[in-house]
Amino acid sequence: MKSENLMDALDTELAQSMLSRRAAILRGAAASSAVIAGLSMASVPVGLAALATDAHAQGGLPSGIVDILNFALTLEFLEAEFYTKGVESPSLLSGGAREVADQIRIHEVAHVAFLQSALGSKAVTKPTFDFSGGKGRNNGPFGDAFTNPQTFWTLAQAFEDTGVRAYKGQAPNLMGNNDVLQAALQIHSVEARHAAQVRRMRQQKGWITGDSRGDMPPATQAIYEGDDNRFQFILAQSDNANSWTEAFDEPLTKAQVLAIVAPFLT
Amino acid sequence: MNESESGPLTRAGEGSLERRSFLARGLLGAAALALPGALSGCVIAAAGRPKLDFHDDFGVLNYAYALETLESKFYERVIASPPSDLKAGELQVLTDIGAHEIQHRRFFKRALGILRVEIPQINLSSIDFTSRATVLAAAKSFEDTGVGAYNGVGRRVKLAEFLSIAGKIVSVEARHAAAIRDLIDPMTRSFAGNDVVDARGFDLALSPGDVLERVQPFFKTPFRVAGI
Repeated sequence: MKSENLMDALDTELAQSMLSRRAAILRGAAASSAVIAGLSMASVPVGLAALATDAHAQGGLPSGIVDILNFALTLEFLEAEFYTKGVESPSLLSGGAREVADQIRIHEVAHVAFLQSALGSKAVTKPTFDFSGGKGRNNGPFGDAFTNPQTFWTLAQAFEDTGVRAYKGQAPNLMGNNDVLQAALQIHSVEARHAAQVRRMRQQKGWITGDSRGDMPPATQAIYEGDDNRFQFILAQSDNANSWTEAFDEPLTKAQVLAIVAPFLT
Repeated sequence: MNESESGPLTRAGEGSLERRSFLARGLLGAAALALPGALSGCVIAAAGRPKLDFHDDFGVLNYAYALETLESKFYERVIASPPSDLKAGELQVLTDIGAHEIQHRRFFKRALGILRVEIPQINLSSIDFTSRATVLAAAKSFEDTGVGAYNGVGRRVKLAEFLSIAGKIVSVEARHAAAIRDLIDPMTRSFAGNDVVDARGFDLALSPGDVLERVQPFFKTPFRVAGI
């Protein structure tokens, strides 16, 4: 209880700081005005329909948003082609596994279509992929991705767990555009559903413990790097409970994601 | 309960990390959040009147706290006395998920401190905790609602650091939703079924009003809400 009381004291201190900060903001303190300006911008609504059809025609989307959406589109191209090839590969998938892969394929293809529509003429074209992970030489470690179901699902987990962290890393950068942000969030959680299902099919838990790659090959470790973060906002967890790191998925930067997918690009 | 709630979860300033950095973060949050008119609502709420005020980030965080409390209390009941007809491995999945929800609840409780709103008492009496089918159905509903709630409220968040936290949590809720759905309908399209993912490949995004309407039956008294 002592620590509780200490916390309350700290909370009171925080609240008092806030009161004085509020006064500062009302006076138009320089440090706060930028924040206020940012908030005002964030509250301007942009219809999704406008985003998808008119915005690019009017040169509407800011270049920062275009870059993020093209980054997302590249990842979605990768996933969509991966599952399309998987479903089309004879004798690779059957029964429930085929149902799962096909449902994911449908979503990734839809994500590609949405992002292309939102970006219009600014959309990047589909890269050529090397799913062996050989940077275009087709001699990488995953050469049997479309003949060996184990390899296929290993790559699926790699792509889905990466996708979740990739979208998560960009969400704060989309705060100036609420409709783009919400679309990204809605795609992000679909990727997380995919990730959990693929992991469970591989007899793994649906969530990530610490930075453990589980039974994934060492080459995939970068996908799990930093997911053992124990510091959230102003709180740190000092025990070793797995549930703390499992309860928070961590973001990856664009650079980290591009390094992870580089072997699959030509 | 307070003792276990605080447990090893500490303000960063008390641990190995610099107290100064904690204060800086606190002030950053305060600066972004203490918009004219917003703070007075927080203080009223802190005085014990259960009100979720969506005009500011504290309303959003209290909303998340309420949802995580509901989820965690549900799993605590399930784990304390599991249905006898659970299949092999299912209790472990439910135990893991429950532990995550408890961490989320503790996170919001401690992060909010005195700005935490007293939420209505939980009422889970409508759920038959002796039946695997009803427990899993309730879990599915709670998780899907949680995903939709975070996806729908993200646009209201003003501080990037809070949006980042919401993003870290919502994907875990989505992992839960998929896992529960896979327990109910193994190896089917249900994990991301067409009932929750639309033709654009978009997951649910629910307004706070819709979410509170869905979960109100599990709270003893109505939420008082402003700003939606």
